[in-house]
Amino acid sequence: MLEIKNLHVKLEEEDKQILKGVTLSIGAGEVHAIMGPNGSGKSTLSYVLSGRDGYSVTDGSATLDGADLLAMEPEVRAAQGLFLAFQYPVEIPGVGNMTFLRTALNAQRKTRGEPEISAGDFLKLVREKAKALKIDADMLKRPVNVGFSGGEKKRNEILQMAMLEPKMCILDETDSGLDVDAMKLVSEGVNALRSAGRSFLVITHYQRLLDHIKPDVVHIMAAGRIIKTGGPELALEVENNGYADLLAEVQ
Amino acid sequence: MANIELDLPQLDVPQLDVRDGVDRETIETVAAMGAYKYGWATDIEMDYAPKGLSEDIVRLISAKNGEPDWLLDWRLAAYRRWLGMEEPHWAMLTYPKIDYQDQYYYATPRSMAVKPKSLDEVDPKLLATYKKLGIPLKEQALLAGVEAPEGERRVAVDAVFDSVSVGTTFKAELAKAGVIFCSISEAVKEHPDLVRKYLGSVVPPTDNFFATLNSAVFSDGSFVYIPPGTRCPMELSTYFRINAENTGQFERTLIICDRGAYVSYLEGCTAPKRDTHQLHAAVVELVILEDAEVKYSTVQNWYPGDEEGRGGIYNFVTKRADCREARARVMWTQVETGSAITWKYPSCILRGDDSQGEFYSIAIANNAQQADTGTKMIHLGKRTKSRIVSKGISAGRAQNTYRGLVSMHPKATDSRNYTQCDSLLIGDQCGAHTVPYIEVKNTSSRVEHEATTSKVDEDQLFYCRSRGMSEEEAVALVVNGFCREVLQALPMEFAMEAQSLVAISLEGSVG
Ligand SMILES: Nc1ncnc2c1ncn2[C@@H]1O[C@H](COP(=O)(O)OP(=O)(O)O)[C@@H](O)[C@H]1O
Ligand SMILES: [Mg+2]
Repeated sequence: MLEIKNLHVKLEEEDKQILKGVTLSIGAGEVHAIMGPNGSGKSTLSYVLSGRDGYSVTDGSATLDGADLLAMEPEVRAAQGLFLAFQYPVEIPGVGNMTFLRTALNAQRKTRGEPEISAGDFLKLVREKAKALKIDADMLKRPVNVGFSGGEKKRNEILQMAMLEPKMCILDETDSGLDVDAMKLVSEGVNALRSAGRSFLVITHYQRLLDHIKPDVVHIMAAGRIIKTGGPELALEVENNGYADLLAEVQ
Repeated sequence: MANIELDLPQLDVPQLDVRDGVDRETIETVAAMGAYKYGWATDIEMDYAPKGLSEDIVRLISAKNGEPDWLLDWRLAAYRRWLGMEEPHWAMLTYPKIDYQDQYYYATPRSMAVKPKSLDEVDPKLLATYKKLGIPLKEQALLAGVEAPEGERRVAVDAVFDSVSVGTTFKAELAKAGVIFCSISEAVKEHPDLVRKYLGSVVPPTDNFFATLNSAVFSDGSFVYIPPGTRCPMELSTYFRINAENTGQFERTLIICDRGAYVSYLEGCTAPKRDTHQLHAAVVELVILEDAEVKYSTVQNWYPGDEEGRGGIYNFVTKRADCREARARVMWTQVETGSAITWKYPSCILRGDDSQGEFYSIAIANNAQQADTGTKMIHLGKRTKSRIVSKGISAGRAQNTYRGLVSMHPKATDSRNYTQCDSLLIGDQCGAHTVPYIEVKNTSSRVEHEATTSKVDEDQLFYCRSRGMSEEEAVALVVNGFCREVLQALPMEFAMEAQSLVAISLEGSVG
């Protein structure tokens, strides 16, 4: 599904290397987790994969089902099935949440050459998905993320994911700022989407989330590199001992 | 002249690389959207008055309309006064000197020489023009391809083509309700007392350079009278089309809403792409009596000129509502996306006690466009209220100025105004300016003014694109969000049209 090879990324504006050779392979239906200290480059990786401006790839590659991701515009990546749940979801004043969802969904369909979804079908779909995430009618009408609590923003990201049905989902610290109940809702939302054809890359600081969303593979990232890869037990090790030992091991 | 409808040269669709997953057709559709949709011209035989402006031209226009002497005298007095006036230059607009002798003041399709008695008799070429513009001149249809939300919802149309009104729909049905809706030239003949009583009573012929010019040479326009206690049974609209080259359009709209009456009125305008500038100097007068209410909505989509600023309409318009008696209410809503130059300040005179004025505006200036627009709220009556919501969007090298006056007269005690003025910048070569004038001459009234300036945020655009929207769709969505309060003030059909217009007007403003 997602193949990242030796990815080197620096900032466009200043000469600062952030990713220093990331290699990662996620098969269809797999759930991978990335853990790592603050500033190690996790968000940068997710932004570069989804096509945000401001970075330049100096070496390496990233493909989605064999297609060169890095050559596509962000919207084309989305239409091809890549989705990023943002660490900090963006507010868009005056644009109703529903309008946003419908515009996004239809834009992707258009890019793929599919017909637009009818207003009726859309409403039905959004109500059903929103209900599972305990998102009420009011929140669907409010402007995108404006005045949303931290938990509401994260649930809203999962709602978008559920509506857009991507095949490769990247979740950037979707658990941070969530209380226990919200964490449960979000995890259930993610788990409901797990399927043989859909893969996940879950970026997190905490083992806690991985109790709910069971990963197949756990990677530890530090200073722009993946320094260790293992099974779910690796996350527990980090939880108990922190990163210090792992970092020392590498050095 | 060939008797066919000609499309002027199409916008060149640039050769774009086809990326994975995007077919060429999609790209071409998107690129074609950037073309001004109404830039084609109708090839039709026209009669012109001789070029330039003189007393003879004023007489000729008056004679063409078969006007009584009092109106000719009224025009001549305006003309003579105009000769001694100077074009105002206080607005933040730069444009080459207008040569008032180098254009036509009267142009009419030859087929209109004898006024058709009904729409069935109107030249098919004119009917085809309005059809192509999406303006129904049939009595069952709706505005521009919009589905009726529930049941039928009809809009009566007065279609003005260059200097003349081509026809007005639903007249008979409106007459049953006592509503008069016709061209102003017809009203002069059929309802002379009403016209004589109210014409120039809100915008006097001496008002300003462009209004005075209009008073001298106005050729046609719309007339509306809503009798006491009547809710107009449908929305009324006027659609202005400039077609002829080197011709100015000077129309005059007069709406009288009698005691306890209500009307919602829509106005649309387009023009072909030409590489010379064309002048449009209109006057709109609204007379609103006790407990009456008028909603006046405009989607101004005159040809804006090309990216380099060649061509486009110079739009110098005087619009004013007089809330003449107690509890009269007016709401101006405007979406200004077109014109090379916009000079326009729809105003409210709040004369009656407890009268109310509202002004909702979206002004978009892209490429080399310049807009200087706003409103005047003149509070004269006690406990009068006004509200101003202005959203200015600038892109390209455009300059966008909000200019507004709020004036509280000594007698306008306990009055209120709230002004909110937001500017949005796209790119770093454009400008937004806010020029509020506030005069409060009593101690019990309150004026509140809020202003913001922001930029379209890269993070917002990336967020939208990461969900699958193209950059242009993303800009349109963010901008429509910015304008939401104003779009909500528009009647439904207009709101949808305005929303897509916002997107089209900003084509090519990013990336
Ligand atoms: N736009 C930027 N400008 C300056 N520094 C940046 C920018 N983006 C990322 N960085 C730096 O890159 C490093 C990695 O950041 P990030 O990817 O956000 O890490 P993580 O998500 O793992 O906490 C940090 O040192 C951060 O300060
Ligand atoms: Mg991060």
